[in-house]
Amino acid sequence: MAGASPVQQLIRAHRLRLIELLPWLLAVLGYFGFGDYLPLGSQILIMILFALSLDLVLGYAGIVTLGHAAFFGVGAYAAGIYSVHVSGEPLSGLLVGALAAAVVGLASGAVILRTSGLTLLMLTLAVTSLLSAAANDAGFITGGNDGLQGVAINPILGAFSFGLFGRTAYLYCLAVLFVAWLFVRRLAHSPFGRSLAGIRENAVRMHAIGAPVRRRLLTVYTISAAIAGVAGALLTQTTQFVGLTVLSFERSGAIVIMLVLGGAGRLYGAFVGATLYMIAQDQLAEMDPVFWDFWIGLMLVLIVLFARGGILGLTDRILRLIRRRRR
Amino acid sequence: MTATLETIGLSRQFGALVVANNIGFRLEAGARHALIGPNGAGKTTLVNLITGRLTPSAGRILLNGADITALRQDQRVRRGLVRTFQINTLFKGLSVLENVCLGMAEHAGAGGRMFRFVGARRAVVQQAFALLERLGIAGDAGRLVRELPYGRQRLVEIAIALGLDPSVLLLDEPAAGVPAAENRIILDVIAQLPASVAVLIIEHDMELVFRFAQRITVLVQGAILTEGTPAEIAADARVREVYLGERQHG
Repeated sequence: MAGASPVQQLIRAHRLRLIELLPWLLAVLGYFGFGDYLPLGSQILIMILFALSLDLVLGYAGIVTLGHAAFFGVGAYAAGIYSVHVSGEPLSGLLVGALAAAVVGLASGAVILRTSGLTLLMLTLAVTSLLSAAANDAGFITGGNDGLQGVAINPILGAFSFGLFGRTAYLYCLAVLFVAWLFVRRLAHSPFGRSLAGIRENAVRMHAIGAPVRRRLLTVYTISAAIAGVAGALLTQTTQFVGLTVLSFERSGAIVIMLVLGGAGRLYGAFVGATLYMIAQDQLAEMDPVFWDFWIGLMLVLIVLFARGGILGLTDRILRLIRRRRR
Repeated sequence: MTATLETIGLSRQFGALVVANNIGFRLEAGARHALIGPNGAGKTTLVNLITGRLTPSAGRILLNGADITALRQDQRVRRGLVRTFQINTLFKGLSVLENVCLGMAEHAGAGGRMFRFVGARRAVVQQAFALLERLGIAGDAGRLVRELPYGRQRLVEIAIALGLDPSVLLLDEPAAGVPAAENRIILDVIAQLPASVAVLIIEHDMELVFRFAQRITVLVQGAILTEGTPAEIAADARVREVYLGERQHG
């Protein structure tokens, strides 16, 4: 609190703190340090972006969803189909992924956001199942069970081609994530973002202070879907393939786990959780190819039991303790 | 003279249960009006109907002469019809200051702004803080609501409503659950409400009602039993029977 008045604190809440640049420093260092692991690095960046989109919905607005893969998958397929049939230009491909996912987000959100709690949770699941079944069935355009083949991506801005070692892909993902982070961060500190926190804390009171709650929820759901769609499109473009797993329940579940692990509703939980999960998954799967799920599960149980607010929540509490000691 | 708030034949049924029965109620401009009645008389139901949390089965609601029956809750609020809750209904994980700021942002029509930072509206934040000072809770401005004792939370409940600059204020048992020692603070706040605001207070505490109200409406089993000045109500034998009888039971 450092003596600043509550008024000053609130007015300055959006100012960039130095520590917020740490993830970017690490990401740039990672570019030089990952070596053979650079493709894993790209995967991590993509999952961070996906988790960031989920944070808007789950962490800020408090919409509990187990169906966010719907938007990731739609973005992935849209970008893939676009590259096969229209153009291999990557930036417009991202846009197509975002738009397709936003449309699905808006349409499904308009129906399911009328409900809440367990009903809403089941409906988010159902939407993803529907899309997954449709993608499987529409093999003539999605490739069905075999996946979408023949995705070819042109050089970015006509200059940087996706090479064999994934250097371009990594920097490309990093640049997209950075832009998305700027956008989401701006949103989180805006009156709109704070009103989402208000809805999460108490929707009844939000109605009673004159906020159009349902419209706000639909807006953030659509924005979040678009960002998830960009993440899906990035996966398509960097792996040059789309399989049915982009729409799987496992993916919806895993992204929630990543966010909760890192800490929901704090913007950087996505960075911490996705990085940790992906690296742990990679390492554990190498050590123990059959049993690695168990360790991820155990980690989650411990976090949920002993560190509500995820790793960042835990860090906060420890820092506060240390500060109090010092006084 | 038109009433600030008026209900005409307002009714609500849940199946066979009639919780609001043909209620015709008027709240005059700048009124200090109390709504009393035994438990389960339908007082909170009436507030929920007026504010749009419940949809009436029949009847109409007029605000400053305009029919608002079909409007959503938030649209009614933006027209100046504001309520507080009998049970604290706050943003517990946010600071006291932000609880008030959220409402003020909505009132200013800025609640949906995406590309401006909250802090850019310095004036709003300062206004919110000034309101907290007026209510004597500025010292808690930076604390999370959930960290405050219940009595203080009751004041935040009122602060949020006042930040919305209401023309009609519905206070649903503002002192409920507050220790007697802190009761005074809330009574003082209510006594100091601007004269331009029409206030309807729902209350069990007869001392508070008779101190505050110029008019009293008595609600029994979803219907208005009678209405009058405090002296008239105090002298009414039916009110005594219904009200005091209930009190001895309860």
